Order: sequence, then C-alpha cells, then structure tokens
Amino acid sequence: MKHTINELEDIVSQVRRDIVRMVHGCQSGHPGGSLGCAEFLTALYFETMNHSPEFKMDGIGEDLFFLSNGHISPVFYSVLARSGYFEVSELATFRKLNSRVQGHPTTHEGLPGIRIASGSLGQGMSVAIGAALTKKLNKDHSLVFSLHGDGELQEGQNWEAIMFAPHNKVDNLIATIDYNGQQIDGPTEKVLSLESLEAKFEAFGWHVITSSGNNMEEIVKSLEYAKSLTGKGRPILNLMSTQMGYGVDYMVGSHKWHGTAPNDEQLASALSQNKETLGDY
Amino acid sequence: MKKYTYTEKKDTRSGFGVGLHEAAKLNPDIVALTADLKGSLKMDAFEKDFPERFFQIGIAEANMIGIAAGMTIGGKIPFTGTFANFSTGRVYDQIRQSVAYSYKNVKICASHAGLTLGEDGATHQILEDIGLMKMLPGMVVINPCDFNQTKAATMAIAEYEGPVYLRFGRPSIPVFTDPDQKFEIGKAWMVNEGTDVTIIATGHMVWKAIEAGEKLAELGIDAEIINIHTIKPLDEEAILKSLQKTGCVVTCEEHNKFGGLGESVARLLSTELPSPQEFVAVNDSFGESGTPDQLMTKYGLDTINIVEAAQKVIKRKK
Repeated sequence: MKHTINELEDIVSQVRRDIVRMVHGCQSGHPGGSLGCAEFLTALYFETMNHSPEFKMDGIGEDLFFLSNGHISPVFYSVLARSGYFEVSELATFRKLNSRVQGHPTTHEGLPGIRIASGSLGQGMSVAIGAALTKKLNKDHSLVFSLHGDGELQEGQNWEAIMFAPHNKVDNLIATIDYNGQQIDGPTEKVLSLESLEAKFEAFGWHVITSSGNNMEEIVKSLEYAKSLTGKGRPILNLMSTQMGYGVDYMVGSHKWHGTAPNDEQLASALSQNKETLGDY
Repeated sequence: MKKYTYTEKKDTRSGFGVGLHEAAKLNPDIVALTADLKGSLKMDAFEKDFPERFFQIGIAEANMIGIAAGMTIGGKIPFTGTFANFSTGRVYDQIRQSVAYSYKNVKICASHAGLTLGEDGATHQILEDIGLMKMLPGMVVINPCDFNQTKAATMAIAEYEGPVYLRFGRPSIPVFTDPDQKFEIGKAWMVNEGTDVTIIATGHMVWKAIEAGEKLAELGIDAEIINIHTIKPLDEEAILKSLQKTGCVVTCEEHNKFGGLGESVARLLSTELPSPQEFVAVNDSFGESGTPDQLMTKYGLDTINIVEAAQKVIKRKK
C-alpha cells in the first residue's frame, strides 16, 4: 500500500473539512453526496489508481476516473487539489465568478484533472465506456473508474450503457454506484424504486461486487478486489453502500443535505467533527 | 450563367461512406460508431476493412454520443452515424454537455436530413437540426451539396480538431462538383458570379439554385449563386461582398426557415448590410409521407420557388 489506513483516514478528514468549507463559502453546492463519497474518492486517488497530477487530457498509460454525478463536485475538487492537480487555495473560488472550480465539473475552464463535463445526469457511464474502448484500441492496460449516483440510475441512458458494456466485453471498467438511497425529493425507494440493483446489473452481465463505502479499510480492499476482476471479459460494478452526509452528524442519512449549505454555526459543528490534518486552504 | 452538367446522380450519404473510408485509410485514429444504421449510413466498407475500429452501439443514440465523447480521451477521432433526427434532437443534451461544452473531437454525421427522407414521414424528417446544432458554442455545422462535396467534407473534418455536425441526405441527386475538390471548412463556394440577386444555397438546394439561375438568365436576370456548405462558421466576408454588389438575397435550404441558414444570413445582414431577403425554406412545419420530389414541391422547395423568390426580392430592392 502507498499509505496506511490511518494516513488515508487523515486525508479523508481534511477532504470533509474542504467540502463543508467550500459549500459554506458560497452558500451553495451539494455537501451530502460529497461527504458520503469522501472515503471512495480518497481511496481512488491516494491508493487505488495509477495516475499523475501532471495532467494530460489523453491520460495514456494512466488510470482514469469519471464523475458522472457531477453535483458532488466538492469532494472531487478537494481530492484533486489534495493530490496535487492544482493549488488547494483555488478551492476557495468554488462556484464563484471567473473560477475554474465551477459548480459542476467541466473541461471548459481548463481545471486539471477533469476530462469531461458532468452535471446533467446519466451521461458518465457512456463516456467511461468510450474511454475504456480507446484504452483497448491503444493497447493501454490501465483502467477506467467511474462513479454514479443511485438516483442517477433513473436516467435511461445508463441502461443503454449498462447493456452495451458486457456485450462488448468492456472489462477494463470499474463502475461504482454511490448507493445511499437518497435523492433530492426523498428516499429513492419513495421517488422511484431501484431494487434490486445487484440483480439488475448481474442480469445485464456485469460482475457485481458490494462494498461498504464509509469504511476506509473496506473500500480500499474492495477496490483492490475489483481491480483483480478486470481483464476477464466482464465490466465490474461496485455497488457501494454509503450514507449521505457521513462524517457530519446532523447531515447523516438525510436527503435534506443533498443540496443545502451549512450556516456559520453548522459549519463550526461540522469542522469540530473532522480534524484539520493537512492544513485548511 | 456558368454551365453546370452532370453525368450521374448519387446520394450524399454515399459520399460520406466513401469519404469516411478514405479518411480511415489515412488516419488510424479514426473510429466509426453507428446506432443500428450502418447500411443506411454507408459504413459497410469501413466495417469490412477496419472491423476493430467499428463500433455497433445498437439502438441507443445517447449512449453512442457519450461513448464517442469518451473515445476522444486517448486520441481517437469518432465519427457517429445515424439519421439526422436521432443525431440531434434525440441526443441534444448529450451533445451539449459531453461533446460541445466538453469540446471533444467528435464528428456527428447525420444522414436522411430534411424532407427528402421521403416516405417515412415527419417522425424521421428533421427540419430543425441545423438550428439545434448551430446554437451550440464551438460546433461546426456543414451541409454539403452533392456526393463529391460530401466526400471531401468528410475527409476535411477528419483533419479538423473539434466537434462537427455533418448533415447529408438520402436521395440520389446530380453530382456536379469537382471530384478532386479541396474542401475548406467555413469557405463559401462561388457557383456563379452575377449582379442582380444573390442566391445562397446549402445541401440539396444548391442544384436547384443552379437550375433557378439558368431560368432567371432566360428572364434576363443575372443571379450570383453562392454555396454555403458551412453554416457555422459562416463565411461572412463572401456573403457581404456579394450583397454589396447585388443588394438582395434569396436563401435556400431544406430546413425550417426558423433556425436555419437563412436566419444566419439575416443576422449578419441586419447588422452589417441591411438588405431585402427572401427565404426558400420550410415554413415552420413538420413534413409528411411522400416521395422526395412530391415533398419538395408541396413544401415550396422547388426550382420555381427560388425563381419566384428572386423576382420578388429584386422588386423589393427597387
């Protein structure tokens, strides 16, 4: 391992601080899903993926990551900055005018680490498949990772992509679902039921693994296991259980923090629950 | 009036198929994707000779556009192929976010555009696609006029870095442009120099504009005919230069008059050189079933419509 679990957990603590501070700073953005995926993104960028912060759009010879549920941009930006893709001070410009750190990730402003715009939901799996196909054509044996919201699976384009990948043996792709059971209007089971995702992906021909996304040791192991399954003729689906808002007690498990910013008092409470480990931006 | 002749009729989609195959021979990074319409898009030769670079996506256009956007990451140059309706309206948000806003080097190649798709009717006859595509920042929009120009355009867009919408069609029409032409994106083609009226045409309407020019010549009217194959970026210089001479214009396109070439020309002229303009275009309507010729007549896109529009616009000038 590149890092100990304790080191990774320290990074996660700082990432959580970044997330709530960014959202508080502009009183806008999506803290819930971002907090829930802090372990996953940290594990990917600090442990699992072979990648270089000397950003090149083509990413040849590197593992690639695509964020399909672009609204959890705060966690993506924090992890990219903490990985060295750009200065952490730039996180302070999140969602502000003339910033590269846009509300949703984009290539348009040239922020290193972003390879596709996302925000309008349901498009990332197709893009990840495309990048994976190009890797195969290029005889590039590195991998493609993607992250999708569970509610996002209500978008039909996903199912076109989910059908395509096994048929075409896109076995260099590890797609992860942030399975937190929440979406803007409430629990997914009330808005539009997803059950059973495991059975659905298996029926489409994916190799499905389940993981616990808010346990650093487990998510690191699950991603290593997922990597061991690549190159065997099937795409890999990591059905990752998380809690929206994990790490901030008053946000945990509630869709109400999907897209709401904390006030000053709430920020102080959130920061008191996540220690400063790498220095605030 | 300069004389144009033809010895054969061919469909522009076949020009695309040949151009794609030629471009693929020259550039190993070119890949082709289709949504269950490889035959209609004339992609068979590509598939036969470059099977590992050919991707059958199935009837899933949104996925096709997303995959194409992803394939550019790592250096591939994807050409997507389906009907114009399914290349644009059906996948507008995918093109907007994953291709245009992300500025990916995807070539969206669209056959069966306009009324001349014929018997399938309005569900398949998109007349709004030029408007949809030209509204996207950074998108190049090209509508070539015959087999040879479509082939040349296909090869030219392979060399261009950035998103392109290439629009062509189903029916066999006269082949009258140079088989060895050099296609320059954004550069108008002067079909015929004249002094009384400028006729600006794109796609299938260019041959009709030539026929109209001949009829106008018989009536003593000297028409300048310009082929705008690239609707965006528009060759503003060529259009203004012509209008400075003729003082009036007829725009001709197989598209809704809202959002098409005519509006692009009107936008230019309204600020730079206000001039009388007539539109030969579909009058804010859906199409219907029929043969291509019947439809072009019913919806006012025949040679005679161009002739009458030219006579009318000249009167408005005086």
